[in-house]
This record gives sequence, structure tokens and C-alpha cells, in this order.
Amino acid sequence: MLLVVEQFLNGLQFGLLLFLLAAGLTLVFGIMDLVNLAHGSLYMMGAYFAATFAAWTGSFLLGALLALGATLVLGIVLETSALRHLYGRDHLDHVLATFGLILFFNEAVRLIWGPAGLALPLPAWLTVPVPILPGIHYPAYRLAIIVVALLVALLLYLGVMRTRIGMLIRAGASNREMIGALGINIKLLYTLVFGLGAALAGLAGLMQAPILTVQIGMGENILILAFVIIVIGGIGSIRGAFLAAIFVGMIDTLGRAFLPNLLRQVLSGAAASTAAPALSSMLIYLLMAIVLVVRPEGLFPANRR
Amino acid sequence: MKGLSVSKAVTALMLAGLVLLPLYSHLSGNIFILTLFTRIVILALAAASLNLIMGFGGMMSFGHAAYLGIGGYAVGMLAQEGVGSGFIQFPVALAASALYALVIGALSLRTRGLYFIMITLAFAQMAYYVASGLARYGGDDGLTVYNRSDFSGLVNLSNRTQFYYLCLACLFGVIFLIWRIVNSRFGLVVQGLRSNEQRMQAIGFPAKRYQLACFVISGTMCGLAGALLANNTDFVSPAVMYWTRSGDLMVMVILGGMGTLFGPVIGAVVYLLLEEFLSQITEYWALIMGPLLLLIVLFGRGGIMGLLGRVGRG
Repeated sequence: MLLVVEQFLNGLQFGLLLFLLAAGLTLVFGIMDLVNLAHGSLYMMGAYFAATFAAWTGSFLLGALLALGATLVLGIVLETSALRHLYGRDHLDHVLATFGLILFFNEAVRLIWGPAGLALPLPAWLTVPVPILPGIHYPAYRLAIIVVALLVALLLYLGVMRTRIGMLIRAGASNREMIGALGINIKLLYTLVFGLGAALAGLAGLMQAPILTVQIGMGENILILAFVIIVIGGIGSIRGAFLAAIFVGMIDTLGRAFLPNLLRQVLSGAAASTAAPALSSMLIYLLMAIVLVVRPEGLFPANRR
Repeated sequence: MKGLSVSKAVTALMLAGLVLLPLYSHLSGNIFILTLFTRIVILALAAASLNLIMGFGGMMSFGHAAYLGIGGYAVGMLAQEGVGSGFIQFPVALAASALYALVIGALSLRTRGLYFIMITLAFAQMAYYVASGLARYGGDDGLTVYNRSDFSGLVNLSNRTQFYYLCLACLFGVIFLIWRIVNSRFGLVVQGLRSNEQRMQAIGFPAKRYQLACFVISGTMCGLAGALLANNTDFVSPAVMYWTRSGDLMVMVILGGMGTLFGPVIGAVVYLLLEEFLSQITEYWALIMGPLLLLIVLFGRGGIMGLLGRVGRG
């Protein structure tokens, strides 16, 4: 029982983290029609910035805040210097250009921070276990991730659906010429959306940093997960990304936790312990393949064009 | 037509260079260059196979490295089990790749656009994790191939020069085949589907069947590259199938010029030579390579082939 609740919360936490990453990806893709493979690099940069700033300032929160600002700025610089020129180009051009950016960022990190990973230690007040149910404790930091991510998801939803900027963003997604003709500075709007996406990726990276080691290439695995999510959820749909992210986070976490035991009941011990890790890593890809075969447009296709 | 002649001249020069390379290697005593170019030729073969579906068929497979792995593992696993004959290993590698491509293609072709890119990627990642789980065949650590494929004296794969020429012959054979396919009725239908699928279907062509056939041919060709690669490195590991490797292949195709016959070969030669050259100057070669790719996209539409065409036209 305890294990089930704990793994359930772990799945929720991982799913919400994935949502932060996927939200930026799906915003940028849905609105600017830009495939950004370097999104995972922004996640990595968020983690490196947080570890560095936290070490400088001696405060976890201050470090996180500075890192958030730094990834926002980095995203804006990236958009204005390079990616802006790729709008309206073929998706393959995006893939090639942003693949180049991945190479660049990985190497730049190796040059600046060295090949060894970094650690981002948690402050004492975030390491205490919190009682959530009678007899069941859960780490405060993971709870904090859940709360922060839920809050961000809510703000994002309200921002996109209820504010004027959000209205412009949605309008720009369906017809960029029209919104430009209405006298809206579409260039600035795009820069802001990209910056927002970068900051979301950075937030995901810096929140994940204390749980994993901060290392080169950490964005690549998780980037693919984020892509899986936006494809399952339906490209351009924030609601779809949210539900798919929770779903994927759950399946991945629960699969890793319970599949080995499940397999051991049908297979011999040795066979089960070899098959389980591979199978649980495959689960989400399997899920995506099934979803796409049944619904080629994803589960919640955004009504675009 | 001057533009055409510049890219033709460069292509001819490069092909002549590839054919004469072992001679240079012997005369100068530089064995390393032969080893390097064997790898380049094999990956050029893989890039050319990807170009068949990506450049001519408009199907952007982001999981092409899976066939490299499947072809490689076919050779590695058979060698491990004591089947050393290349006459068995290579056909098995091709058949396994074809079968995988048939299943993956049939499922993936239900989607299009970015969804197609992602689903091909997902299936390749699955293959990656399957290989990681093969404890008997090295799992994560990969599998050492102790004996290269044995062609009973016909060609000796342990002889560098012979192996190089075998790889080059395979590359030329595949490019010849692609040329024949692209100019056949079948190839014209596939290219027509790239331009306008609805219209082609309306005329009465079973679109998916044509695309699937093309997908399987491409996968089989890439499986051949995988079998050669395993022989070249005497080693296969799941890393061959990791998604960044598929990205590498895509980069080679786009860099050289998508939808041109020799573009992927030029792309592979330039990309891998650049990687080699830059890594000799600085340990941080990717710091230069990354922005270089970005600049090529921004200023060199149509890749190197397109660039050469524009240079020729002035």
C-alpha cells in the first residue's frame, strides 16, 4: 500500500515535470511551427545555471530564481539571433539547425563546467519527509515539485485562455498574417513565447537537478519523452500535453516499479530481471505507437486550420 | 546549365578520390585514412538509403539508425553462435532489416508530418531498449565480433583494402539501384506521392503500398550498411541505434543535398571529415560543428549540392 501510494506520487511528480517541458515544446511548435530539438538543451542549461547560482549565492531559492531568469534570457537570445530566421522553413531545416544547437550546448557545457557532473544540494527544510496519509510520509521536495508544477500549469492555462496576450498567441497560432495585419508586433510576440517556453524548460531542469545529477546530455533522453507526450496529446494542445504528460509519467514510473515483480510471476527469475528494464523503458514508446496507430492525430488534436 | 556541371565535376572528383584512396594510403603509408574512409563509405551508404525515402519519397524517418543496429546485431549474434559465413550473415541481416521495416512502415505510414518523424523515432528507441536488454549478447555493453564475416576466400574482410573496396562496391551498387528506382515507374509514383498524395490516390494508385515498398527497400539497404559497420568496428552496441545517431544520418543527407543522387555521399564525407578535422584542432570540436550546421541551414538552402549549383550559376 505504502509503495503504491509512493510510486503513484512519484509518477505524478515525473509527469508534471514532463508537462513543463512539453508545454514549452508544444507552444513553440503549435504557434511558430518550429521543431526545436534544442529544447532539451534549455532544460540542461536550467539545471546547470541553478547549480551554479545556488553555489554562488548559497541559497537554493535564490539560485533557482536566477536560473529561471537566465534561461529566459538565453531563450530570447537564441530566438532573436538564430531561430527567428527559421520560421516558415521546412521542418527538416529546423531539425538540422537545432541538432546543431544540441552539439553546441553540450560542448559549451563541457568547456565551462567540465565533463564531470554537478550536484545541486537541497536546503534542509526541503529534505524532511512530510506525512500525507496516516503512516505514510513523502519527501517534501517532491511534494514541492508537484505543487509548483500544478501552479505553473494553472497559470499557463489561465494565461493562454483568459488574457489578452493569450488571445493573441492563440490567434497567431491559427493565422499569423492576420494577426500581423491587425498591427500586433508578431515578432515580439514570438520572442516572448519562445522565452516563456525556454523558462518552462529551465524550470523543469532546475527542479529535477537535486534529484538527478546535473550532467551533459541530460536533456536528450527527456526531450524525446517530451516529444512523445506532445505527439500522444496532439500537437499544439496544452490540455493534451498535460493529460499525456501525467499519463506517460505514471506509466513510466509504475512500469519501472512494478513490472519486474509482475514479470517474475510469469517468467523465470533470470529472464524476468533481464527483460524487465528493457520492457519498462519501452512501455511509453509502445504506448505512443499504439495511440498513433489508433488515432494518428494524437488523443486531443488541437483544432487548427 | 553551367551550375549542373560544377556539382557534377565535384561529384566526379569525389568519386575518383574514393576509388583511388587505397592507392594513396599505400603510397603514403597512412593506414589511418583508409580506416577512416571505410567508416565514411559505410555511413554514406546508410545516408543514401535514408535519402531514398526522405529525399525522393518525402518520408522523414527519424529512426533509421535502427537498421544499422539490426544489420549489425544479425552479424554479431550469428558470429557469437558460431555461424561465421558471410553468405548466411548478410542475407539474414538484410532479411531482418526488411522485416522490421515492413512492420514499422505499415504502422508508421498511417501518420504523416511530425507524427511520422516521431513514430519512426519511437520504434527505433524500442529497438534500442530491446538490444540493451539482450544480456546474452552483451546488453548495454555491446557485443564484440571476434571474427569478421567469412566469404570463403572470395573477399577477405580482414584485409583493409579488400574490405574498403567491398564497402565502396556496396555503396555504388546501392546508388545505382536508387538511380534505377527513382527513374522507374515505381519511383515516379513514389515521388508523385510526395508532391500530392490525394491526387495520386484519385488517379488510382494505392498510395500506402507504394510508400511501404519504398520504405522497406530503404530499410534493407541500411541493414546492409549495419552488417558492414559491425565488420568494420568488430563490435555492435545499442548505442548504434540511439536517436542521435539517426540525427547524424539525417544531418548527412540534408547537409549534402536531399533528393540528389550523390548528395548524401558528399554530406557523409564532409560531415565525418569535418568531425575528424575539428577534433584534431580542438577537443571541443562540436562547439564549431554546431553553429556550422546552423549557418549551413540559414544560408545554404538545398545543402552542399544546392550551394554548388548556385556557385555554378554565379
